[in-house]
Formats: sequence, C-alpha cells, structure tokens
Amino acid sequence: MTNSWTDIKNTDLVVIMGGNAAEAHPCGFKWVTEAKANRGAKLIVVDPRFTRSASVSDVYAPIRQGTDIAFLLGLINYCIQNDKVQWDYLKAFTNATYVVKEGFTYQDGLFSGYNEAKRDYDKSSWDYDIGPDGFAVVDATLANPRCVWNLLKKHVAVYTPKMVERICGTPKDRFLKVAAMVAETSSPTKAMTSMYALGWTQHSKGSQNIRAMAMLQLVLGNIGIRGGGMNALRGHSNIQGLTDLGLMSNLLPGYLTLPTEKEVDLAAYMSTRGFKPLRPNQMSYWQNYRKFFVSFQKSMWGNAATPENGFAYDYLPKLDLPGYDLLRAFELMHQGKMNGYFCQGFNPLQAAPNKKKVIESLSKLKYLVIMDPLDTETGRFWENHGPYNDVDPSQIQTEVYQLPSTCFAEDDGSLVNSGRWLQWHWAGGTPPGEAKRDTWIMAQLYLRLKELYTKEGGAFADPIVKLNWPYADPGDPKAEELAQEINGRALARVTDTADPTKVLAEAGKLLPGFAALRDDGSTSCGCWIYSGCFNENGNNMARRDTTDPDETGAYSKWAFSWPANRRILYNRASADLTGKAWDPSRKVIEWDGTKWSGYDVPDILPTAKPDQVGPFIMNPEGVSRLFTRGMMRDGPFPAHYEPFESPIANPIAPKVRGNPAARVFEGDMAQFAESASQEFPYAATSYRLTEHFHFWTKHVITNAVMQPEFFVEISEQLAAEKGITKGGWVRVWSKRGSVVAKAMVTKRIRPLTCDGKTVHIVGIPLHWGFTGAAKKGFGPNMLTPFVGDANIETPEYKAFLVNIEPVAGPVA
Amino acid sequence: MFPPLPNPSTTDTAPRFSDKDLIRRSASTVPAPEQQLTEVAKLIDVSKCIGCKACQTACIGWNDTHPEIGLNAGVYENPADLTPDMFTLMRYSEWDNPETNELEWLIRKDGCMHCADPGCLKACPAPGAIVQYSNGIVDFVHENCIGCGYCIKGCPFNIPRISKVDHTAYKCTLCSDRVAVGQGPACAKACPTQAIVFGTKDEMKQHADGRIKDLKSRGYSNAGLYDPPGVGGTHVMYVLHHADQPELYSGLPKEPKISPLVEAWKGVTKYAGLTILGVAAGVGLLHHLVMGPNRVSETDEEHAEELTEGKNDGRV
Amino acid sequence: MAAYDVKPNEQVHPGKPVIVDRYTVGARINHWITAASLILLALSGLAMFHPSLFFLSRLFGGGQFTRFIHPWIGVLLFVSFLGLFLRFWKANLWRPEDGTWLARFRDVLSNHEDNVPEVGKYNAGQKLVFWSMSILIIILISSGVVIWQQYFAAYTTIGHQRIALLVHSIAAVAIIGVWIIHFYSAIWVRGTIPAMTRGRVTGGWAWRHHRKWLRELIAGKPNGRSGSNPAE
Repeated sequence: MTNSWTDIKNTDLVVIMGGNAAEAHPCGFKWVTEAKANRGAKLIVVDPRFTRSASVSDVYAPIRQGTDIAFLLGLINYCIQNDKVQWDYLKAFTNATYVVKEGFTYQDGLFSGYNEAKRDYDKSSWDYDIGPDGFAVVDATLANPRCVWNLLKKHVAVYTPKMVERICGTPKDRFLKVAAMVAETSSPTKAMTSMYALGWTQHSKGSQNIRAMAMLQLVLGNIGIRGGGMNALRGHSNIQGLTDLGLMSNLLPGYLTLPTEKEVDLAAYMSTRGFKPLRPNQMSYWQNYRKFFVSFQKSMWGNAATPENGFAYDYLPKLDLPGYDLLRAFELMHQGKMNGYFCQGFNPLQAAPNKKKVIESLSKLKYLVIMDPLDTETGRFWENHGPYNDVDPSQIQTEVYQLPSTCFAEDDGSLVNSGRWLQWHWAGGTPPGEAKRDTWIMAQLYLRLKELYTKEGGAFADPIVKLNWPYADPGDPKAEELAQEINGRALARVTDTADPTKVLAEAGKLLPGFAALRDDGSTSCGCWIYSGCFNENGNNMARRDTTDPDETGAYSKWAFSWPANRRILYNRASADLTGKAWDPSRKVIEWDGTKWSGYDVPDILPTAKPDQVGPFIMNPEGVSRLFTRGMMRDGPFPAHYEPFESPIANPIAPKVRGNPAARVFEGDMAQFAESASQEFPYAATSYRLTEHFHFWTKHVITNAVMQPEFFVEISEQLAAEKGITKGGWVRVWSKRGSVVAKAMVTKRIRPLTCDGKTVHIVGIPLHWGFTGAAKKGFGPNMLTPFVGDANIETPEYKAFLVNIEPVAGPVA
Repeated sequence: MFPPLPNPSTTDTAPRFSDKDLIRRSASTVPAPEQQLTEVAKLIDVSKCIGCKACQTACIGWNDTHPEIGLNAGVYENPADLTPDMFTLMRYSEWDNPETNELEWLIRKDGCMHCADPGCLKACPAPGAIVQYSNGIVDFVHENCIGCGYCIKGCPFNIPRISKVDHTAYKCTLCSDRVAVGQGPACAKACPTQAIVFGTKDEMKQHADGRIKDLKSRGYSNAGLYDPPGVGGTHVMYVLHHADQPELYSGLPKEPKISPLVEAWKGVTKYAGLTILGVAAGVGLLHHLVMGPNRVSETDEEHAEELTEGKNDGRV
Repeated sequence: MAAYDVKPNEQVHPGKPVIVDRYTVGARINHWITAASLILLALSGLAMFHPSLFFLSRLFGGGQFTRFIHPWIGVLLFVSFLGLFLRFWKANLWRPEDGTWLARFRDVLSNHEDNVPEVGKYNAGQKLVFWSMSILIIILISSGVVIWQQYFAAYTTIGHQRIALLVHSIAAVAIIGVWIIHFYSAIWVRGTIPAMTRGRVTGGWAWRHHRKWLRELIAGKPNGRSGSNPAE
C-alpha cells in the first residue's frame, strides 16, 4: 500500500477492482465502512461476480476476468476526453511532459522491439530523449507529439466505452456511470483509493493491471494524498514482509536485487545501480543503494565482509536466469534438474497451478522437507486420497520430512501488514507437541551444515562457514535479536555527513534509521527499509499508542511503518508546487518556507524546496511514470491482452495470443485451450471466500462449519442450459484436469456479452483439499494453466477456460 | 466509529445484573425489581454487514458450542439453519430490485430478537426456564428447561432450537454473561465493520438514525429501523435499506407479534380449561350431596332373581 | 334384532343375589391400563398446561421426564384405548331407546330410573362418554404427534404446531371433563365399580340399570345361543 488501512477512512471514493476486500480483508474493510458512514464516500466494485464487497457497494459493474486493463485504460481515455485531469499535478509530478525517443512505437498489440522467437522485447527504444545536458528532455507545454502525455492519449484512444463493453462485457451505461464517478476525483479536493489484491496480480499481465490503475490515479492526482493511493491488500498477514525481506529468488532484503552472473564484482554490480538523476536537483534516493547493499553484506558476513573483498560480494549467489520463481522451480523438478525442495510455510500442491504437473514434479524429488504448523497436502502428496489425490504411493520414491513448526500465535515476532506497518506480536500459546519455531529449525539446520562444511570443506565453504551468527544461543536465535539485526547497528561511530561533530550512533549501538547507513562497512543492516524499527528508543514495532492528532488516520505512534515510520508514501505530492496542501482538509505535510512538516514523516528531504525537488524520490526523474521506460518486460504502457485461455480472440490485436512477453515453458503451451474453444467454452476464475484463509482454516473446525464443502458458482442461465440444480453435483474440467463440486446457482453471476458472444462465468473458490477438518475437496489448481505474469511470474489463476456438466457424485 | 467498549477488568467484579433484576419469569411470578436497569440493545446494520460470518464464529467460540461440519447445499448459509449449537446465522437473499433493476444481496444476521414481550417466555410451561431482565435481555435457564419446545411455538421469529443431546432449548443469550461484566456480545466484538454495535437502547436508536440518514442519501428512501411494536419492541434491532419490506431479508416478519393461537392457548384456554374442570368436579360433588348415590335396592335384586329363575319374563 | 351387546362368555349366575358377568379379565386389564394412562396423561399434561399445576411434574421425576414420558403414555393410551374400542364399539352403537333415555335425563340424575326406558349393556350417557373418548383420543394423538418436539418437529410448520397445541389443550380439557363424568358416574351409581374390578355385577344392578341387557343375557342363557332373540 502507498497509504495505510486506517487512511482509507479519508477517501471519497473506493474502487475495489481486482480484489474483494469485504471477503478477503474483512477487518481492513472496516475503514471502507467508516469512509462511507462518516464522509458519505461511495464504493464502486468491478468484478466478474457480485461479491460480498458488491453487496455493500453503491455501484457494481460486471467485468470479464482478465480484461481489467481495457477497463482502466478506458477510464483514462474517458478522463482525457472529458478533461477530468488534475493538470497541475499531472504536469508537475508525472512524466507526462517527458519526451520519448524516436523509435518507440505500438502497433497491432506489440511495442517496438518484439522478438517473437524469444517472446521478449528489445527495450532500448522505450526511453526518454536524453538532452545534451544528460537530462531527460521535457516539454512543459505538452505540445510535443512525442511527449508521454500525447503518446498516452494516442495509446488509450482505442479504449472507448464501446470498446470497453466489447472487451469486458461491462454494459456501456454502467461503465460510463463508473467513469463519471471516478473522473470526479480529478478535483484536488476529492480522493479516490484503489483497493486491489490477487484479482489483479494473478494474471499473465498482473503487473500491468496495477500499473494501469496507478496511471489513472496519477492522472487524477490521487497519489500521495490522504484517502488516495494504490493499496495492495496483501493475501497473508505477513506477505508484505515476505517481499520486503526479499524472499524472492531474484531479490535481496529491501528491494535490492541479487547480482546476475554477468556482474562479476561489486563495481560491475553497482554500475547499473547508480541511479543518476534524470532531472536537475532530484533526490534519486536509490543513489544510496551502495550504503544499503554494503550494510546488508556486513549483517550477513560481519568481519568477513571487507572493502578488500568487495564486502563479500562473491559470497552472494549469482543469477544465471531472470529468477527461480515458483513456476520455474517446478519446471526444473519436472525436468529432473532440481532434486531437493524445502517447503517452509507453503503448500504448493494446493497453491501452484496445474496440480498434475506439481505431483509429477514432487514425485521426481529425492527429498522434500516440509516446515509447517499444519499437516499440509504437499506433505502428503504421495498419499492416495481417491479422486482428491489420485496417486500410486508405490511409484513415488521421494523422501518426505515433516517438521512441525509453530504458528504466529505461538511465538514472538513481527508481522508486516498491507499498510507496511511492522506490528510486534507476543506468543499467546504454547506450541503443541514437537512443534518448534522456524528460527530454531533453521538455526539447527545451519549449525549442522556449518559443522559439515567446517569438517569436510567443499567447493566454496566460505559463505556458510563465515556467516555472521551473533546470537546469544546460536541454536535458538530470539525474535528480538533478529529484529535488532534487521534494524542495523553502528560497527564504528557514525557521524552526520553534514556535521561531523554530530554523532548519529556510537559503535555497537542500534542505528536510529537508514539515514545513518554508510557504504564503508561501518554499519550493518539486514533490511534497510526496516531500519528504525528497533533502535535505541526500543522496539518501535511494539508501540500501541493510539494518539492521532486531528484524526488524520496516521496513528504515528502505533507500531512502526517502513520506511522511517512514514504512513503515506509520496506524501510530498499532497501539496502543490508552493508546498501548500492541494486540499487544506487533507493536509499531510506542508512547506513552511524552510522545511516540510505535518502529520506524517515527510517523504522528501525536509529542506527540499517544493518547486525544485519532485515527490517521487525513488525515481531518478523525481516524478512518477505514466511511461515506465524499460522497467517492465511487456511494455512501457499497459495494453489489453487476453488471458492465455480466453473465450474470445483479442478484439484489438486478434493475432496476439495472451501476453506476448509472458514466459511459457515448452510443453505448457500445448496444454492451453485455444481461444474461443468449443471444447472449453466457459470462462473460469478462482477466488477466496471470507470463511476461510487459504488452505489453513479448513483444519479449524469452526471455519470448516462455516464453509464445509467445495463448490463452484454459476449463473442461473448456465445452470438452466446445462440442467444443473442448486446444490447438485457438477464436474468441471479444463485441458489439464477435472474437479467435482457442489453447484451454487446464483443471480450474482450473470453471463456477459463480449465481442458479440455470450460468455458464461464459472467461479471456483480454492479452500479445499484432502487434509483438515472440512470435507475433502478439490482445488482450482487442478484446472489452472501453468503460466505466470510476464514480470513476476505470478500464476494466471484468475482467467482460464473450462467445461461443466452435472454428475451424480464426487466419485468420477 | 462507534466507540468500542473497553476491555473488562481482570479483577473480579460483581455482576451488573442478576435474579434481582428479573421482570418476567416463565410460568411463575417475580416481585417487581427495586430498580429498573437501563435497557440495552444490539443494533445490526444490514447495510454495513458484509456477511463474513465472524459473528457466527465468535458466537461458537464464546459459547463453546460444537456445530457439526455439514454439507454445501448450494447456498452460503452454513449451518443450513439455526441449531442448538448455532445461536446466530447469516442469511443471504438475492433480490432483483424491480425499481432500480439492480441486484441486491441482502444479508441478515438472524438470531434472538430479545422481544420486550417475549413469546417464548409466554409459552414456556417450566417455571424459571425463561427469564427476562429489566435491561431487556431474555435468557434461557437450562436447568429449568424441560425441552417441550413450546418456546419455539411461542416465538414469532422461529429462533429457539432444542438440543438432541440435553433436550433443552438454546438461543442467543445476548451474551448476558458478557453484558453482566460490562462487555458487549461476542458477535459485536468480532464484527469487523461495526455492522453489529451494542449499547443502551436509546444510543442504538440514535446511532440508527444517523445510519438511516446515510442510507436515504444513497437513494434508499425506505431505509429505517426495525424495532417491531407488535412484540413491544426488541432489544436486537436492524437498520434495513428496505424497512418497508422486511420480508426481503430472508423472511424477517413484517409485523411480528405473538400468534393469536398462542395467546388463546396461554390465555383463555388455560383459565377457561381449569375453570371448566373445576366446575365439572364441583357439580358432581354437589349432585352427590343433593341426590345421593344411586343404589341397587332389594327389590331390584329380587327382580333379577325372579328373572333368572324364569318366574316371569322380568317385566314389571 | 341381534342381541348386539351380549358377549358369549357373559354368564348369569343364579343365586342370592344373582351375579352377572359384565367384563372379562382382558377387558378389565385393558380398561385399567387405559384408565391409568389417562390419569397419568392428565397429570403430566396439566403440569405442562398451567404453571400452578407444574408441581405435578414432580410425580414424574421432574419437568424433563414429564415432557419425555407424556407422549409415550399417550401412545400407550391410544393403543390401549384402541383395544377397548374394538371390544366395545358395537355395544355403543346408538339405539332408539337411547334418545328417550337422554330425553329423560333429568329422571336419571334424580335417581328415578323407573321412568326411563330399559337399556342394554350401555345407556346413552355411557355411550356418549365412549364416543367422546374415542374422538378426543384421536384428536389428542394426532395433535400430540404434531407437537412431539423430540421426533416430529421437523415434519410440520410452526404454524401447524401452534394450531395443534391449541387443539391439544382444548381436547385435553374436554377429555378430562369427560373423565370426570365417567369417574363420578361410577361412584354415584353404586355397584358399578365391581364390574371393572371383579368383572361382575349383581343381578339387581343389572336389573336396575341395564335391564334389557340382563334380559338378553338370560334369554340367551339356557342353550348359550347367541343368535336372534325375539325381543318385544
């Protein structure tokens, strides 16, 4: 989230699209009801299904799954056509005025530089025109036909309300109603918030879904202000923490990136991470990258990380591929190239697409280690559970270790919520049986590995043997110790760069925040963005002070919000070029002539002059990007692409199938149903229900009572066509698998008309499996295609094709 | 935000109400309480409810009930109905509003309404099995319950359920045990959107006014409070978008009142019946006193003997 | 006309006084089971009917057991009464003399039976009691099943159950009233009780109250024939 949960109460308009906040985030949704009840805010829900969020909405608009970009670009087009743009914001705070290089084009669904064989782009033309001064060329008048604004105008022109209706199936009048409400927030005194979740990410163009809305919010001037923002509702209580701490194969903590094998030393690594400002006076905060990186290396390898060895740069693994994401990991297992798998707090048998392929992959492993508080399906993938897990155990040789671990309520630690708040929690119960904390398990594992490497050596034992392991009990690191390590320490006295007499931290002391990080090895810090969470003031994550001056929703003394306890990112954009709030009733920070101050920690150098330094300090431009240069694999603008399995061909670019830049493994393409397939005529989507949390709560009797049994949702029309009765059994199958479920026949799903064709939708919730208290059931991953987002490989769970028929019972 | 109730003190405190505060007790009479407690109420704002069932799970948790894991019947209601182990239930109703052509998914938390004039209590034959406190809470006292199910017939809302295990009636207690220590009901505590709030009845009516204004501003011109006078008002009230058509909300009765059949049964029948029986017995007694017994005389016996011996044909 | 109310095993034993068999052992046991059931039903039912009579539930070991046992006794009553009904229904068919008897009921009440016609095994009053009981028991068992919460609640609506409750209570009041009449008559008309205890009455009793029946018995006695008997 750019903002926080509590800030949603400040909004005038909530758009829930690509998510279902009321069902998946009921506790956070309270802030929507607050905004509605106290401010008269309106709620718009755009979803293929009339969800529980829709049940409390002011306007509901149906949409075919996988067509969000068309809808959102349609909204941008509407705003442009109807002059509903916050012009001052747009010109000052976005790259609308930046001139794009000659050579950049978009035609027939493809951007310039496409290589069909590689399914990839040469992105060199996707950039600004750089002037002789080394800065990007801008045209403040927006007259230049190659400025971002004019390119955007041209790019979105095709997404007329009529085209939106044709692609999305959203009736035109309904779209226009939504558009009018959204466009109203272009006023500097109106705010719109976007609440989204996996309904946008789990597509082959998931990242671009989110970009499209971010661009709309920028056009409307809704980023950085109270009640605005792009608010990702994270799916697990700590999934924000997972990404922050870099638990992705290509990331290091704090959104630093893992080196590639081409970057042979620290200098080479840093050469592409210099982030030279693209406009004069801009902060380009990533210029501090080296400080964050070196401090991270010091926290990892301590004294073994020296200036001489590039701060143990060689100890880091180097990527030979863009990333070893979930899909690639299973592909490698499937190819027999990955032989062991550690599965910690993860249930891929239920979570990864194409369950059949997952089982085949796991069956080829030599060993599988499960660390989980629950008896997961993955831990029992080798067990036959009839139709629910139809395997032959005698044919599976994988050795499976189940290590029972504690759950969140049984240990101390912190969780990072969607609003970036690090909230400390205390153990509320004793772990049952032999369950151990994950940190204990990892420490024990490490100590044994270290012993082996120390004794027996190895190709390159240093990264293991020299790992910094400063815990009081090496076999059982405590949560506080880890939190302090993440916060960072001064290894030598750290002084203010501007005033060397001012000591920021004495040697050995905890760092006050990331501003004290140094790139000379005098500081260590496990995750720079978390620095300040546990400093000499104590454990700031454990703060529970509900003071909130003027009820702005900031709650600055509650827990700790990264970065630097900032509650609203880009909050400098809440004020105009003179430093006054666009809307005095929404003041966050203001310029008093010498510095920025207000309710929140300024997201800018406090002394940065408002007319000189742009608010988007992480970008070398200092402004936000409507045109994202070469940052995304699939285009600098979002464009509508159909899902890989789609009931119609792409009306804009009929020849383009799916997202042209999305990775598809060999063999998986053959497992996709063709576009407008006769064999698989219905558009399916998967989702969560409020009664359950993923595959966990089916182990809890109370939750199992609330939703006991697997079902699918279909319209009354499809039910009538197929002779399916409410509560009867149906079989749903895709090109990859088949499930049997109870049928929920509902008015809440209605057939859509897309490109002149009736599209029926089949909704498939995902909470059932073959372990736990609830009735045994199937997961939608029996059906889903093995393809992910072009940029981050999140699997396309939200849009695929199936067929459906009534059956007698589950034994099919 | 409606101000949440503070957490309870960890030290023992005297309960805020007890048997001294009873204003009604089934099949028995109670002395008028010395003081009148402030009436409490739970307000369920249907327009804020997201149907998440947190109230149901909180109810199960607090009351330590054990509903069975059922089946999916093609609807969102789970369990399928209120049970002795499920005192509250989200009911879902899909309605095409003919005026707006919009689909509305009306979700209502069903459960005991804590009527001011409780039909269950009226119908109950077991002394002290159902009680009503002066704060409005209607509670079942299980050790006095005989499991006859008359409360079910008395209830205008079809709420009580008889346990097959201990054969006593169960329903929402309005968390009388929590209210007694200054807490609100568990469901209100768990409700993430404050669709359920708890306070004094006056506060709740006031809060409802604000909600109704908001709903009217959104075009729900018939928004209103459900506090049906037919049962003397209730201590669980609803804010409805369509207060003119409460039936839309999974059959919430429009003008609930205790059934005239129950009134007749527990009224005139009860008294007239005993009177009739008393009179019948009295008339018999009186007759006996006045007329005396009808005895067989010697003559009768002789006639019989004669008849038996065939002396005559018995005719006299 | 058939001697409809004479059973082949009913004997007249000459002597002083004459003894007449009125009820067989089976009939008597049947009667007393029915009687006991009805009384227990009345007591348990009244306990659940009026709060001031709830104390009666103690006779049954408390409210829960009262609630549990009442319907089962009802079933027993129904079955048991069915036996009585099959035994006695023919004898309780309405006869022309019953109308006259009823018309002169004032004489009956004032113990002047000389003025009423001779009647068979049962007089019109007894027949009314019999038929009232029969009808009321059918009403009670059917309405009782509807309100038998433990097993049958699911098969009817609450609306039906409310009607059944009201019907059940009114019928119960009625049947207790009928029982009071029955019970009082047995006390009032002396010599009646031995009919149901020992199974016998004196000839005088039969002469006085059921002369037609006595005549028929005697007329049929010599050769035990049960065929037609030229009466009148």
